[in-house]
Amino acid sequence: MLMLEKRPQPSKAWTLAAPLLAVVLTMICGGLLFAALGKAPVETIRTIFFDPLFSEFAWFYRPQLLIKGAPLALIAIGLSFGFRAGIWNIGAEGQYIVGAICGAAVGLAFYPTESFLIFPLMVIAGILGGVVWAMIPGILKVKFGTNEILVSLMLVYVAEQLLASMALGTLRNPEGMGFPGSRNLAKYDSASSWISENAGMHWGVVAAFIAVIFAYVILSRHQFGFNVRLAGQSPRAARFAGVNPKLLVLVCMGISGGLAGAAGLFEVAGPAGQISIDFNVGYGFTAIIVAFLGRLHPIGILLAAGLMALTYIGGEIAQSNLGLPGAAIQLMQGMLLFFLLMVDVLTNYRLRFGKGATV
Amino acid sequence: MDLSAINPILLLASLMVAATPIILAAVGELVVERAGVLNLGVEGMMITGAVCGFIVAVNTGSPLLGFIGAAIGGAVLSMLFGFLTQFLLSNQVATGLALTLFGLGLSALMGQSYIGIKAPEFPDWHIPVLGDIPVIGPIVFQHDPMVYVGLAIVVAVWAFLKFSRAGLILRAVGENHEAAHALGYHVIRVRMLAIMFGGACAGLGGAYLSLVRVPQWTEGMTAGAGWIALAIVVFASWKPMRLLLGAYLFGGVTVLQLNLQAAGMAIPVEYLSMSPYLATIAVLVIMRAGRAPGSLGQSFHASR
Repeated sequence: MLMLEKRPQPSKAWTLAAPLLAVVLTMICGGLLFAALGKAPVETIRTIFFDPLFSEFAWFYRPQLLIKGAPLALIAIGLSFGFRAGIWNIGAEGQYIVGAICGAAVGLAFYPTESFLIFPLMVIAGILGGVVWAMIPGILKVKFGTNEILVSLMLVYVAEQLLASMALGTLRNPEGMGFPGSRNLAKYDSASSWISENAGMHWGVVAAFIAVIFAYVILSRHQFGFNVRLAGQSPRAARFAGVNPKLLVLVCMGISGGLAGAAGLFEVAGPAGQISIDFNVGYGFTAIIVAFLGRLHPIGILLAAGLMALTYIGGEIAQSNLGLPGAAIQLMQGMLLFFLLMVDVLTNYRLRFGKGATV
Repeated sequence: MDLSAINPILLLASLMVAATPIILAAVGELVVERAGVLNLGVEGMMITGAVCGFIVAVNTGSPLLGFIGAAIGGAVLSMLFGFLTQFLLSNQVATGLALTLFGLGLSALMGQSYIGIKAPEFPDWHIPVLGDIPVIGPIVFQHDPMVYVGLAIVVAVWAFLKFSRAGLILRAVGENHEAAHALGYHVIRVRMLAIMFGGACAGLGGAYLSLVRVPQWTEGMTAGAGWIALAIVVFASWKPMRLLLGAYLFGGVTVLQLNLQAAGMAIPVEYLSMSPYLATIAVLVIMRAGRAPGSLGQSFHASR
């Protein structure tokens, strides 16, 4: 019989190998899924995972990798702090939306003035918007002990309605002939987040790399990073070590909200261009997968964000070239997280065969 | 605005209908949590139930078979969660989230060719005598059968947890799995059964949306109903009867805001549409939750 035996310490080798194994398993299962949908499995997998990087049109897709990867990395870095400490902010999608609304509102307020101060102000507004939205579940948890998972999630639906109201009303382009959606910020020089549109570079990409570096330093070298890890592994020990659990909740929610808000702002001022009803495309939820796939580690998150961006781009190629339904990609992303959690058992447990092994 | 356009009897009647999917999903999750398992995948199981039920009902022409299909669909999906959390001891929060993301993708894929089709309707039925009572009749006794099935499940769960031996074992497993294990109960088996029951109920709740309430299939149609069900379990302090109160409160807000939208109130539609979610948050804050089951959310691993 197959038995599980707890390892005294999580296996280092499996910590690294589990995400890779999960990706391989997802490719295999994804291939079976595509075959069931009547597509050539190997060709579809190749289209999704390799064509964006190595095909003859790769020069067109590689910049997309930065555009799609940046918000995922930025949000996931923020989430990783909370997830490590056992604080589950899963409403990043809402914080992303509110950050975009606040940042865009500041930019639109200055239209058509040109000044180098406008974009920094927008970034600050975007971050503050995300922080405020994340503070609602944070403060409610600290003051009233409400569940942050449920409150942050409810606020996603509230944010979506707010977005609709902004796109249809307050922030609607006055010269847009009545169509919903704001002015195009990407075409307004002082408010645009683009550095080089052809290379896929915008300030969000820069911010994502900075966030990765900062997170790495904080988690491995700083007292706060130690407190976060301690609180996650042993809340009691953390309290004896003088960690204020309430403050930790607020700071972790603030970091994740701020980064999600910033991601929203960079997106609306660049790749998306405007506040519209369907502005959000689920980055806030996909970032949860990215955070876990990257083992809540900054470098891992960077790689995982790249991989997820790849599935988005490859998925679009497969959609237009092979007629693969868009939902199949979404399903595959969910599958990836499942496989990761499944394989992870090997990180914490040893497999033993035979009956007497666990006496 | 014309408030007189709102008919209080119709309002109360539609309140019961609006609350039913939440009641179904929440009562299932309540049993799961009483067994000590936190399944955050309710939304994913609900939407999978919605699409399974819709597909079965459209192909067979029978809403009843649709509901059965939805329950099976939800239960099968929940077994995935059960396998991961109970046998592979994965983190329940993360696995529940994965289940929701997976379910949303799965349902979108399955339902592709069913968009824009109308679901078969329940045959008209009329409850004699009770349905004819003035005022109370239309409010309480003129609904489709699933409304009463939902209520029956709540009462059955209440009785099961309170009076039956199996219910006692389930509660013991949820309160302290080590002790239950020491007494010789099969913790994992009890939990797997509870998880499957939760999945089946969530599936029924989803199918109620796609077959009765809307009745159509659209992507992401549960729109957070599964999460609201989770909130209502907390609100109910893990007690079945209080769950009804929470669900009707939520149903009331939903129906009222829809009516206000229709009556052309001066508040923009978007802000009215926010109200059910805001109400859920308010309820979570105001109602201090009772004590959660002792082993809630913890993995159980017997061998040592």
